[in-house]
Amino acid sequence: MPKVTYRHPDGREDVVDVPVGWSLMEAAIQNDIEGIVAECGGGCACATCHVYVDEAYADRLPAIGDMEGDMLECTAAERQPNSRLSCQIKMSAELDGLQVTLPDRQT
Amino acid sequence: MAAAPYVVIGGGQAGLQICDSLRRLGYDGPLVLLAAESSPPYQRPPLSKKFLAGDLEAERLYFRPSSWFEKNAVELRLECTVTAIDRAARRVSCADGSVVDYARLALATGARIRPLACPGADLADICYVRSLADSEALRARLPGAARLAVVGGGFIGLEVAAIARTLGKSVVLYEGLDRLMARAVSPTISDYYAALHRGHGVDLRLGCGIAAIERTRHGLLVRDANGGEVEVDIVVAGIGVVPNDEIAAAAGLECRGGIVVDAQARTSDADIVAAGDCTWHYNGFLAREIRLESVQNAVDQAKVAAASLLGAGEPYVQVPWFWSDQYDVKLQMAGIGMPHDNSALRGTTASGSFSLFYFRDGRLVGADSVNRPADHMACRRLLAQGTMVTAAQVADSEVDLMQIARG
Repeated sequence: MPKVTYRHPDGREDVVDVPVGWSLMEAAIQNDIEGIVAECGGGCACATCHVYVDEAYADRLPAIGDMEGDMLECTAAERQPNSRLSCQIKMSAELDGLQVTLPDRQT
Repeated sequence: MAAAPYVVIGGGQAGLQICDSLRRLGYDGPLVLLAAESSPPYQRPPLSKKFLAGDLEAERLYFRPSSWFEKNAVELRLECTVTAIDRAARRVSCADGSVVDYARLALATGARIRPLACPGADLADICYVRSLADSEALRARLPGAARLAVVGGGFIGLEVAAIARTLGKSVVLYEGLDRLMARAVSPTISDYYAALHRGHGVDLRLGCGIAAIERTRHGLLVRDANGGEVEVDIVVAGIGVVPNDEIAAAAGLECRGGIVVDAQARTSDADIVAAGDCTWHYNGFLAREIRLESVQNAVDQAKVAAASLLGAGEPYVQVPWFWSDQYDVKLQMAGIGMPHDNSALRGTTASGSFSLFYFRDGRLVGADSVNRPADHMACRRLLAQGTMVTAAQVADSEVDLMQIARG
């Protein structure tokens, strides 16, 4: 099963197996990773599952949709060029080894 | 003797959030969560959306893995329906005959479906969508059905209608009022959604309640109040919910269409708090009492309730928000826009991406956004901060509302 590393602002890392088809947000919730709030449960409606994606994987990620792009303008922590909403990134074999960094706040 | 636990009644989003917040706030004593259903706490919104469509499995609805309850020393008791609260003895009784003593108590009993009342409403196979079991039952029947009748033009009925049409079923939707989601949105939004559903082939019957349901050889016959009749395979009703306040009322706690709590989520008993759909509460942001059925209210009020259990007593002052997914259209609501005395349109309804901002006495009170999430987020922030904006400002798409909100 593909693995994803969630890096906390303090440098701690959690490495998680993510089933193909699950979102990075769901995997974080189901593995009890602090720092992903996901108030709306994956509806792209709340911008509280913000992550910064490792640059090396930028090309392999699905493009940012219109809704996600708008919501990224509304994150609590500052939007960076590598900002994504983790509910909108579905796991695939290609993304095995992906690393994401969690922002210092989601609300 | 071991200290009595803090006990939370209700395994929905509010109940889970109270447990989570108690631990985050440092409560390290015993904690028991009594849940009436057989599933651990799960998300309800997808039950009328992705889950019903078959795009999600039940395990993906759970808020927390089972290990979380162990790690956080939350004793989760499933299929435990509380039947009575004895405040003098500080003890709750459950339907299975067990009793649980409490040091402090939190009520997150939620709400239950309002059943149909017309003749035939007692037919066993009328579907509702409130619990995971409800949604699973409907989902299991969809593959064998071609024709649905949906009773109720609120969020649940419309979301079910959208899923059914997407799956290729014929759908007749009955709404007794003359427009959709009438309690929550303005006529502009109602009209937009009426056109949306008709455009997707829903036979939408506004101003048309149902009079009776009868079993036929091949299905169910729905007779409407205007004399029409339609035979369908499945009837789904979404006509609202009723707060579960009976055990609170029986225990002598003040209830008024919900368990009455103050701005600190405290009931009329200092040792008992309540949060979520079951509460009639004061929201400092709205500066009035209200009952709300939403994820936002469940989460935010639960946080306040947990703090109050620990004596912190921060008030509930949150901007209500809500969303609904129908087809590929996302409706997001910020604040409470009804009633209002002025409104301003941002974007165009023809483009399918617009927001309606609502004003009362010159102040912004809410906005409904259709496929326009940035407006929704900006509105939430503007409302939370009390930032003054004018109708002219919000109507001008060139004005960056998030920039105004950020100050």
